[in-house]
Amino acid sequence: MNKIDQLKEIIKPYVPNRERLEHLTPETDFIKDLAINSANLVDIILDIEEQFEITIDNDGMEKMMDVKSALAIIDEELAKK
Amino acid sequence: MKRRVVITGIGIVAPNGVGKEAFRIALENGDSGIMFDAQLADLKFSCTVSGKPQLTDEYISTFFTDLELRNFNASGILYGVIAGMQAWKDAGLPISSAEKPDWDSGTIFGSGTSGIDKFRESIYKIDDLQTRRLGSTVVAQTMNSGVSAFLAGKLGLGNQVTTNSSACTTGTESLLMAFERVQSGKAVRMLAGSTSDSGPYIWAGFDAMKVCTFKHNENPEQASRPMSASASGFVPSSGAGAFIVEDLETALARNATIYAEILGGNVNSGGQRGSGTMTAPNAEAVQKCIKNAILDAGIEAIEIDVINGHLTATSKDALEIENWTIALNRSGSDFPYINSLKGMVGHCLSAAGSVELVASILEIHHQFIFPSINCADLNPEILKLITAEKIPHETIYQPIEILAKASFGFGDVNGCVILKIYKNE
Repeated sequence: MNKIDQLKEIIKPYVPNRERLEHLTPETDFIKDLAINSANLVDIILDIEEQFEITIDNDGMEKMMDVKSALAIIDEELAKK
Repeated sequence: MKRRVVITGIGIVAPNGVGKEAFRIALENGDSGIMFDAQLADLKFSCTVSGKPQLTDEYISTFFTDLELRNFNASGILYGVIAGMQAWKDAGLPISSAEKPDWDSGTIFGSGTSGIDKFRESIYKIDDLQTRRLGSTVVAQTMNSGVSAFLAGKLGLGNQVTTNSSACTTGTESLLMAFERVQSGKAVRMLAGSTSDSGPYIWAGFDAMKVCTFKHNENPEQASRPMSASASGFVPSSGAGAFIVEDLETALARNATIYAEILGGNVNSGGQRGSGTMTAPNAEAVQKCIKNAILDAGIEAIEIDVINGHLTATSKDALEIENWTIALNRSGSDFPYINSLKGMVGHCLSAAGSVELVASILEIHHQFIFPSINCADLNPEILKLITAEKIPHETIYQPIEILAKASFGFGDVNGCVILKIYKNE
């Protein structure tokens, strides 16, 4: 499974309208495009941390608003390992 | 002008029955919901029996989304939301559309604590320096108003949305607060009720005070013994009761089922003066609360057919009966019927008032008086005040018009509600 598909699985439970997940692109915004409740972004980050066995700091958390930035931060943290 | 107020829907999550039909059958049969509680035994509680509502995962998933149930650990919210949603559906009310809230409807849904298990789980994480791993739902699950917030979100309520808290009086108080809001025209309908968290972390303080019984652990179904000579403390339990409190005209206009009319009531406090303390009631305040409820309802004490008492199965039961005899100026064979639901379900604490009110509403709607179980050996102090036949041991089927329900709580707080059968007149 590539990273974008892994990410799709992680965010799935938080997306009210699952159909929107079909067209996930790097530009997809978690709140604007997927209508994820902003409070759930921290839950998504915790799930990402668990899945990839990484730790994302507060600055990284703030940037994680869309698929592209999430993937970039995951790569960055994985590179540190 | 004061508006007339009726009850048009009920919901119930009780240790001896979930849903109005199951609960009514349990009431008529006198079924106990008290069981051995292995967790309490493992934790070396003195009392090792309790009453908990029995809910399957399948049933729970009809009220909550998978996302809501992720990391969910708040039994009080669980029970309250289920009872509240049952009541809303029972009243035949629609769920507000996605865009606009229902400005005419609100909720006053009481609790004593919220998400105590979630709170415990969080404290362990915090002390383990894992605050950042708490997730996003700790606040919603542990804030006292969690239950009303969840309900308002599910139903789109746009009127007042709040949670009241007054210990064991909470449920009765919620009904009266909702009643006043509808009576004054500030809301068309209010979802009222109350809930209680479940389990050792909410019950431990009572066990430590030795107010829970530890003499009947071997016989769970006989452990809760209000009004009996062998009563030795209450059995801890949990659950939720809910009711739709609605403006009569609106209820009639939409052809709603009317379970009962709320004639009036009263809440007060003994101020922890005189005989009143944090844990004991001021007798004068209790009597005043009952008298003022009768006055507010515009009835005479002689018209009361049935009392649903607070009667927890402690040494205070006889004092409560004495307070009723003084407040009503009725005793012996002139006293109304009186029963205590706690014999069947134990003491649901902050949910007690609402669970017991749902039982009272069912008694009026279906015209029966449920048995007060486990008091074949009536307390002789009670028999000095009222005759034995006023305490039913089997269900009595007879017309009842007016019922009085009272609850008393820690902090020396009291609440009394007067309900009447509704006849279209």
